[in-house]
Amino acid sequence: MLSCNIKGVTNGFPLRIEAEKVVEKQVDFNADFLKNMFPKIEWKALVAAAKSMGYTDLPDQAESSMIDSEEFLKKFHHALLQLHLEEGALICPETGRRFPVNKGIPNMLLHEDEV
Amino acid sequence: MWYLCVFFHRLLDYRKPEVESLAELYGAFGDSDGVDGHGSLEWKLPQHHHPDSPFHFVNLPSEVVARQIANRSILVKGIYEVWGDGSNYEELEEAIRNYPDELKLPYLTSESTFKITVDSFGKNISSQEQSNRIQGLSYIPFKGRVNLKNPDHKFCLLETDNYGSNNGLPPVVQRRLFFGREVGAADRKLLPTYQLKSRTYLGPTAMDAEVAFLMANQALVRQGKLVFDPFVGTGSILIAAAHFGAMTMGADIDIRVVRDGRGPECNVWSNFKQYGLPPPISLLRADNNLPPWRPGLREVFDAIICDPPYGVRAGGRKSGGRKLLKGIVGPYTVPDDKRIDHIPSTAPYSLAECVHDLLDLAAKMLVVRGRLVFFYPVLREDESNGETRFPKHPCFKLIAVCEQILSFRYSRVLLTMVKMGPYTKEVEETARLKHLEFKENHLKWLEEGNLHSAVFSPADTHLDLGEESKFSKELKPKYRGKYV
Repeated sequence: MLSCNIKGVTNGFPLRIEAEKVVEKQVDFNADFLKNMFPKIEWKALVAAAKSMGYTDLPDQAESSMIDSEEFLKKFHHALLQLHLEEGALICPETGRRFPVNKGIPNMLLHEDEV
Repeated sequence: MWYLCVFFHRLLDYRKPEVESLAELYGAFGDSDGVDGHGSLEWKLPQHHHPDSPFHFVNLPSEVVARQIANRSILVKGIYEVWGDGSNYEELEEAIRNYPDELKLPYLTSESTFKITVDSFGKNISSQEQSNRIQGLSYIPFKGRVNLKNPDHKFCLLETDNYGSNNGLPPVVQRRLFFGREVGAADRKLLPTYQLKSRTYLGPTAMDAEVAFLMANQALVRQGKLVFDPFVGTGSILIAAAHFGAMTMGADIDIRVVRDGRGPECNVWSNFKQYGLPPPISLLRADNNLPPWRPGLREVFDAIICDPPYGVRAGGRKSGGRKLLKGIVGPYTVPDDKRIDHIPSTAPYSLAECVHDLLDLAAKMLVVRGRLVFFYPVLREDESNGETRFPKHPCFKLIAVCEQILSFRYSRVLLTMVKMGPYTKEVEETARLKHLEFKENHLKWLEEGNLHSAVFSPADTHLDLGEESKFSKELKPKYRGKYV
């Protein structure tokens, strides 16, 4: 969902993930929530993000008919909610600017010269 | 069907909006919220009662909805099917006898257990007197056994009276008695469980548990929904949303509050762990003035609930650096070796700009019919001049304004807005221009919008002794204060 917001950058999405520490959390499966979220997600970006965190089970393409399959939903659930980037960085595809991620929190604040 | 709704005598402005929001949540309005963006209920005052009284009749579509509303509500003490009411015990008895048998007998059977409570508003009734009152109801053919701990059916005898006007409660002109079957009641364990004093990680602006749940109810939070708080702080509002089953997300500009907290066992994540609630799906350090969302992202959140900084006790911040924005210093670059842990300078963020950014964010990111619920500070003297103006936005309809008095000088109002239409190109362009205007006039907004000085300036610049009455008597009655 996030993109680079440095002044002047036009192609700041998707941010590449540089994963140093990935944690898998236990989150309760909630089919309604997943079905709600599915149309809002940029699928290719999610697949790339999951791969950079070590999860390759997501199908490369996804259509809305797939959300009826429980197996698909479980994979989606895992990638969306259970894979957690604890330490690492998000990298702007255009400028290479690194937004560090520490203790699970991405720091999206711009420095004084980027405003 | 008409029910008697008995409220806790607190936060008076919030009571009916909460019931109406919960009625909508539980489907009382079907699909007919149409043009207004929300449904509303019919209310009636009992005879001789004042609008601030805790007793109100409300028309609800079914007993099931009434029970659901009562169980989830924070301010409803109980909802009752009234079997009779009157101005004295003779009238009450007559009313109860006349109430149709087919509505009474199912709850009086010999196989069921029951309990009768006596309650009064504005005075105490001793246990002996309570006992006498209950005996006085013996004309009602209760066939079952009494079970005080866990009865099948609960009944309540409610008494309000003309107890004089000195104790600061809303006036009741004449005695009124009600007898009813309890259809639903508040979950009294909720607030003690979540009260702030036992919470692991607190901050100076952590939202009171009671008010956080009210906000979550106003936002129609339920399972499967995604709720966002752009000023998350210690997560107190998201806790309430998570309790009602939503997935949550939060952002804050202060990285120390959001990431570090006060240590590995004392931070936002640990608050959720304390209550066994699912943690937020993500927390960000971000600036709402220069937000990091991808450009096409729209309509992702079902509700946005927050408490923006008013600039009185805790000021807002945005990126930039004070001197940079004032033009005192040119844009500077932090040397590479200092960049890693650099905490970028921030500048004061006026309330006007903060709310503009919040409305813009909500207009983009809320689903249509999603709700934006947030607090907005008001100076009480503005109210007495009839001047209070609330933030407006073309995509939103304001459906509720609930005031909570904070001090002699100022209050905060909880604004509930519903997103009625999509974020169009025109709206986007207007927002972009306004954002630039704020940037150009950074200094001007700070000085003019300064709530802090209005609240904390020395008393004698505002009041003559003769004008003091303008605030306390005409505005609101004496019993309105911080909790009522």
